[in-house]
Amino acid sequence: MKPALFEYVAPRSVEEALDALAGDEMARPLAGGQSLIPTMNFRIAAPSTLVDLRRIGALEARAVEGDVIRVGAMTRQRDLERDEAVRRANPLIAEVLGNVAHIVIRNRGTVGGSIAHADAAAELPCMLVATGGSVVARSTGGERTIAAEELFLFHMTTALEPGELLTEVRIPALPPRTGYAFQEVARRHGDYALAGVCALVTLRDGVCSAVRLAACGIASKPTRLAAAETALLGAPPEGEALADAAEAARECVTAGDDRQAGLDYRSDLVAALVRRTVAKAAGRVEGRA
Amino acid sequence: MSTRRFGERIERNADAALLRGEGSFIDDIDLPGALHAAFARSTVARAKLRSVDVSAAEALDGVVRVYTCENIGALDAPLPLLIPAPDLTHPKTQRPLARDDVFYVGQCIAMVVAVDRYVAEDAVRLIEIDYDPLPVEMDLDKAVMDDAPRVHPDVPNNVAGRFCVETGDTDAAFAEAEHVTRIRVRLERSTAAPLECRAIAARWEAVTGELTVWDSTQSTLSVRGGLASLFRIDEDKVRVIAPNVGGGFGQKIMMFHPDEMLVPLAAMELGRPVKYIEDRVENFIGASQERAQIHTLEIAAMKDGRVIGLRDDFLHDTGAFIPYGVAVALVSATSIAGPYRIPNFRVTFRPVYLPAVQVTPYRGCGRPHACYAIERAMDQLAGELGLDRFEVRRRNFIGKDEFPYLREGLIFADGLHVSHDSGAYEEALETLCRTIDVDGFRAAQAAAREEGRYLGLGLGFYVEGTGLGPYEGGHVKIHPITGKVYVNTGLTDQGQGHETVFAQIAAEQTGARVDDVIVVEGDTGAFEWGVATFASRAAVCSGNAIHMAAVKARAQIVEAAANMMECSQEDIELRDGAAWVKGTDRSATLAEIATATNPLRYAFNKPSASATQFAPASRHDGPQLAEGRTPGIEATDYYSPPHATWAFGAHAAVIEVDPELCTIEVRRYVCIHDCGRMINPTIVEGQVMGGIAQGVGGAFYERCEFDEDGTPLNANFMDFLMPYATEVPDVEILHSETPTPLNPLGVKGVGEAGTIPVAQVYASAVEDALRPFGIAPIREAPLTPDAIHRMLRQARKS
Repeated sequence: MKPALFEYVAPRSVEEALDALAGDEMARPLAGGQSLIPTMNFRIAAPSTLVDLRRIGALEARAVEGDVIRVGAMTRQRDLERDEAVRRANPLIAEVLGNVAHIVIRNRGTVGGSIAHADAAAELPCMLVATGGSVVARSTGGERTIAAEELFLFHMTTALEPGELLTEVRIPALPPRTGYAFQEVARRHGDYALAGVCALVTLRDGVCSAVRLAACGIASKPTRLAAAETALLGAPPEGEALADAAEAARECVTAGDDRQAGLDYRSDLVAALVRRTVAKAAGRVEGRA
Repeated sequence: MSTRRFGERIERNADAALLRGEGSFIDDIDLPGALHAAFARSTVARAKLRSVDVSAAEALDGVVRVYTCENIGALDAPLPLLIPAPDLTHPKTQRPLARDDVFYVGQCIAMVVAVDRYVAEDAVRLIEIDYDPLPVEMDLDKAVMDDAPRVHPDVPNNVAGRFCVETGDTDAAFAEAEHVTRIRVRLERSTAAPLECRAIAARWEAVTGELTVWDSTQSTLSVRGGLASLFRIDEDKVRVIAPNVGGGFGQKIMMFHPDEMLVPLAAMELGRPVKYIEDRVENFIGASQERAQIHTLEIAAMKDGRVIGLRDDFLHDTGAFIPYGVAVALVSATSIAGPYRIPNFRVTFRPVYLPAVQVTPYRGCGRPHACYAIERAMDQLAGELGLDRFEVRRRNFIGKDEFPYLREGLIFADGLHVSHDSGAYEEALETLCRTIDVDGFRAAQAAAREEGRYLGLGLGFYVEGTGLGPYEGGHVKIHPITGKVYVNTGLTDQGQGHETVFAQIAAEQTGARVDDVIVVEGDTGAFEWGVATFASRAAVCSGNAIHMAAVKARAQIVEAAANMMECSQEDIELRDGAAWVKGTDRSATLAEIATATNPLRYAFNKPSASATQFAPASRHDGPQLAEGRTPGIEATDYYSPPHATWAFGAHAAVIEVDPELCTIEVRRYVCIHDCGRMINPTIVEGQVMGGIAQGVGGAFYERCEFDEDGTPLNANFMDFLMPYATEVPDVEILHSETPTPLNPLGVKGVGEAGTIPVAQVYASAVEDALRPFGIAPIREAPLTPDAIHRMLRQARKS
């Protein structure tokens, strides 16, 4: 459990980091190391150079700007979780982060690191898809914004190009008259989810005027539960519509049987979690009795 | 009492240093110039080795030596069978480094010794191993079939031996029975997973011919004996030290693991210290595992619930080798009747070879298996007879006045007979029922069901044969300079708290302050007679030996103090680190007494100067050290138990099951435990709680998984689900104290207790919670959410 030989650099600016990455295709950015370091110790990953981003202060900036929460990629997960301004702008974020591993891991793990790692069962990518967020990617060639649903391609695979660095995560603030909820089932507290569902429900006159649902752990990437959303639109978030939504969500489950959950179990889980998170989210819509 | 001693809640005296990170584990021992070892391990479960090419590894910069079976001389032979048995007809043990064949993924094929572990691991990856894979069967049931592939070509049906233990007349009991309950239960493989993996360091001093080995072992003396024998060195020239050991749970009782002989060999051959620190993956695939058994159990009962007979036939997964004999399976077989009279029973069992890492005892050692089988059966019997689960147990307990209760003809793992020496089983169950409030629970359960919530009550009763022989020794000496009491014994500590409880035992007799008792164990240089730490035996064996030595030391102290202060021995009382003349303020400290009893002429310090103010410690004519006497205050004694002493206890839990998510929440967990007289209730609770935590692992989380080719699937802490603190319930621990008549202290062992009934408690509670759904009975441990899901789905279908 010792990594293979590698070089280590710790640049102080994004530009230097991009240069280091551009010059070496086997180089990897280090952004907290909570996943990368174990895979190196197992010698599953053997990067030639680790470009440690921890000294780049610019990547730790975060701000709530109007409807958008801008989170520097190197923001520690625990810092984001405890950020009061962020909590006010979108309380879903803290609720999701409370399910990410354990406090000691969140103290080191970064927001950008988890999203770029793109584990299909991870909570933060699921939250980003549910909220309709995006990321900013920079390379020596320039900068682009990638929407969450375009970012995640497959388990641990993103649309980031070689030499491209995820520098910022943009999460929309909670829209008005919108309730939120995240719930997951994991074998142990802090484990990756067997299935998790993130729900955002906007109510107008008692019916759903907007619904965003995403799930983790049920497919090869974080997944929008589009059919379930459709079933709820224009209907009250309860009764038959909710039951239909839960049933519709089953279609999105493609993760095959693994050692912890069969397909049937995952399907039942996602249906139950849709019912529970939608109900909880609807109950949290401000001004709703 | 002004000093706190035996029976008191004294804080563990080793924790402060450990919590500050000042412990000294093997990897903390700095050996200048040390080399580091890493192993090339088989990646195939069963194969012929076509070739092993180490040339590229040898050529790597920083590699000092690569060992294979070709260059380890006399060590290239099967390792010893530690516990032979006549019925173990096909014993197999592994070689330190594979020759011609590999038998499991993880088996050592070559050892690289290099300047550091990084280079050693780089070199391991350069070793080219050409395998010719052979077919395997990983399913325990199928492995015994006639056409199953054999792990060892000369072992038909993969069966290492056929065993039968019996008491009473089983067939007659079944002929007489009014009701027979049959069940089949299965427990899965798990592993001890100590916080500190296995580790060893060795240093050879060519000038003096001395070999020093630091080993994260439970058994320094056995390792010393083994190394002296292997390398033909006098035992006096081999010193084995177990410094702080980060948990063992049985895995570190085994000797030899290959590294335990290869690392000393390399140190001797290369003339430099060598270290091997096992990593977590190696611990999973290369150390040892335990727990898998399949029992087919029948109990013969009368309509009133009395069980008059039992038949059990079980398969025991022993892995690819059986170095520790059938200890685990034999403990299962002889513990199968639990706390119940069941006067007639027969247990047949077969240890079965599977191409997986060897099975050796893991905390519980066969007892959790037996407990799960009999307690699941008792629950089923209650259901079939329409009796309450608690009532069926009450009707079968060995009664308080029936002790000692001998199970005629049964021989326990210590080679001695099975006799429950003392107990109060029914009383313990009553306390448990009262505490968990069974009637109150039933009302709460009914109310919860109205709300669509499902609560279940589970219970499990267990007994545990503890304190197995053959013997341990104790040495007590009072240091003449400091007056501190030194205590030694031959076994070792892995965090249990020996240094605290042994200090209490010695303090109780000598009058020393507990803080002034220094316990040194796990060092063959400190005490060289004894066995090892296993089978919940340290408090029983070493505890009593230390007690007996301390009683002798006390007599020496009292005699000397009476002489010094010119009073009768009856007037002496020992407390606060001194001997006092009762009812006066006259006293002599233990340092003064220890000094005065040593006829030496120099006043080193205050106590030795003041000792001369007293009358002589010894009154006699002739030589100053009287004939037959030894200088100072010092005594040694040994305790050898007549047979195991049987501890017991019962657990109950209220568990809520979410039938949609198939998750569980433990609402309440109560444990009542009896280990005879308690030396220190805090330490007892720590042991019980730690055991329960490991039991929770076996009940709901931990399972070592393999694919059908024998490749481990979850050999790491991400995929092997050891429970976190968040998964272990708060436990209310109640004590019952029934002293054993077998030893002077009246103590029984407690090390393994907590682990034993937990899987049964969880199964029993979940079954009770989901009764309205009509689920099939739970027969497999660990239980999982996926399994709950399958049961519910099955129930809905039918």
